[in-house]
Amino acid sequence: MAGLAAFAAALHAEDGAPPPGLAGPAVRRFAIYRNNVAVGLIGALETRFPAVRALVGADFFGALARDFIRAHPPASPVLAQFGDALPGFLADFPPAADLPYLADIAAVEAARTRAYHAADTPRLAASAFAALPPDALGDLRLALHPAVALIRSVHPIADIMAAATGAAAGVEDWTPQALLVDRPGFDVVTRPIACGTATFLAALGAGHPLGAAAAAADDLDLPAALADLVGGALAIGFLPPGAAVL
Amino acid sequence: MPAVPTLPAGPGVGFKPEHFDALAADADAPLAFLEIHAENYMGAGGRPHAQLAALRSRFALSVHGVGLSIGGEAPLDAAHLGRLRTLLDRYAPESFSEHLAWSTHSGEFFNDLLPLPYTARTLARVADHVAQVQDTLGRRMLLENPSTYVRFAESTLAEVDFLHAIVARTGCGLLLDVNNVFVSAVNHGTDPRAYLAEFPLEAVGEIHLGGHDADADETGAPVLIDAHGSAVADPVWTLFAEVIARTGPLPSLIEWDNDVPDWPVLRAQAARAGAVLAAPAHSRAA
Repeated sequence: MAGLAAFAAALHAEDGAPPPGLAGPAVRRFAIYRNNVAVGLIGALETRFPAVRALVGADFFGALARDFIRAHPPASPVLAQFGDALPGFLADFPPAADLPYLADIAAVEAARTRAYHAADTPRLAASAFAALPPDALGDLRLALHPAVALIRSVHPIADIMAAATGAAAGVEDWTPQALLVDRPGFDVVTRPIACGTATFLAALGAGHPLGAAAAAADDLDLPAALADLVGGALAIGFLPPGAAVL
Repeated sequence: MPAVPTLPAGPGVGFKPEHFDALAADADAPLAFLEIHAENYMGAGGRPHAQLAALRSRFALSVHGVGLSIGGEAPLDAAHLGRLRTLLDRYAPESFSEHLAWSTHSGEFFNDLLPLPYTARTLARVADHVAQVQDTLGRRMLLENPSTYVRFAESTLAEVDFLHAIVARTGCGLLLDVNNVFVSAVNHGTDPRAYLAEFPLEAVGEIHLGGHDADADETGAPVLIDAHGSAVADPVWTLFAEVIARTGPLPSLIEWDNDVPDWPVLRAQAARAGAVLAAPAHSRAA
């Protein structure tokens, strides 16, 4: 191995030794590069996942981040995408097995970054729905705004997020909760949403017709869910009739 | 290469989102242009693009890439070149620049500007990459001299000769980072004035000025780190004035990327650069 391959391998090496082929004293000098890479990538994860960090503490997060970077090094220089794989990584991360909700919290924070950078697509006004014939509603298919994400959990993630960000003291009842992520203007919002509504909206977002999406959700308060959909201007357009395209 | 507008020969700063409101309220900001890091504007929409569109209508713009890995061994990332093309088409900046460095190897992005040996082989590769960038983007690019902490035993070319050859082969311009010149000279025990005496100043389309940190290696020798987290150091201001005395005014940018100060602090650095650019030629390099 020679050239840049040796340099790249040494950036990963546990012992921190510089690669062969450098002139002069290189131990501390090469360590500057190692440090820049590690600090930069860990910092990117700290910025993107503040609630995860708050829940596990700075030291644990640093160790977790190093493990994640080893398993999923960034492939793109667009670091806004770096960490998209963290929720999946945390779902099977034995050191955090005591915090089974951590992956869902990471999913919320990953969705927040995607929402922040999502396209500025115009949204459907409520009047667009009022013009629809009532018997067409069941087959109606919708495209949701690219900033919209729904995170459903068997854990009380809304309460856990609120506690992690200092907005609430803690969790009162350990029940399933769902969160809606959206960006109505330029600021990302995360707000609790009924679990049935979240399942309904997620099915709509996956391309299912409205009737099928409603049938997919247990405990659905359909008028309330439609109020979230229409009043929240979550949709950007109607899709052609047909089966879901997944 | 089609002719493209060039940056105005005045002071600029690297734009930081936390300065947006202060900049909007500062009608007399001493700025001829702003610079952004390309990779921070590769999302589809939202506040980054809204801010950039507003600023673009007021200032000349330099798009500065930090992730293309022009010095890398692998072919350039076609997807990333495509993203750059989209960004440049969207904002039509006066300048696009990248680094004589690498950051991607075997598909992994290292998030730092890493050094390369200077040999006939790496020269051919970098020249091919620069030519590919210019062909794909349809414009001349500026290539920035790096700050380095190590040197490669296999290097057979001086960095400044390497840059001369890249310019001759590709027709690209250069971004002269005076802080990088100083940092590398201290780190390798060479004379920054000797480097600048040989630098192809006629190819320089922009100058960078930034702060550095001081450390030492295991022998106790000083090592400067290109940290961009502090004010421009006095020796760098002196070298800058000496360059401008030779070239006349050039677009000159203050980079402050970490521990970003309040706007008045960065503004004062830009004003100081502007004063050097505006000084009579005989009094610059005092």
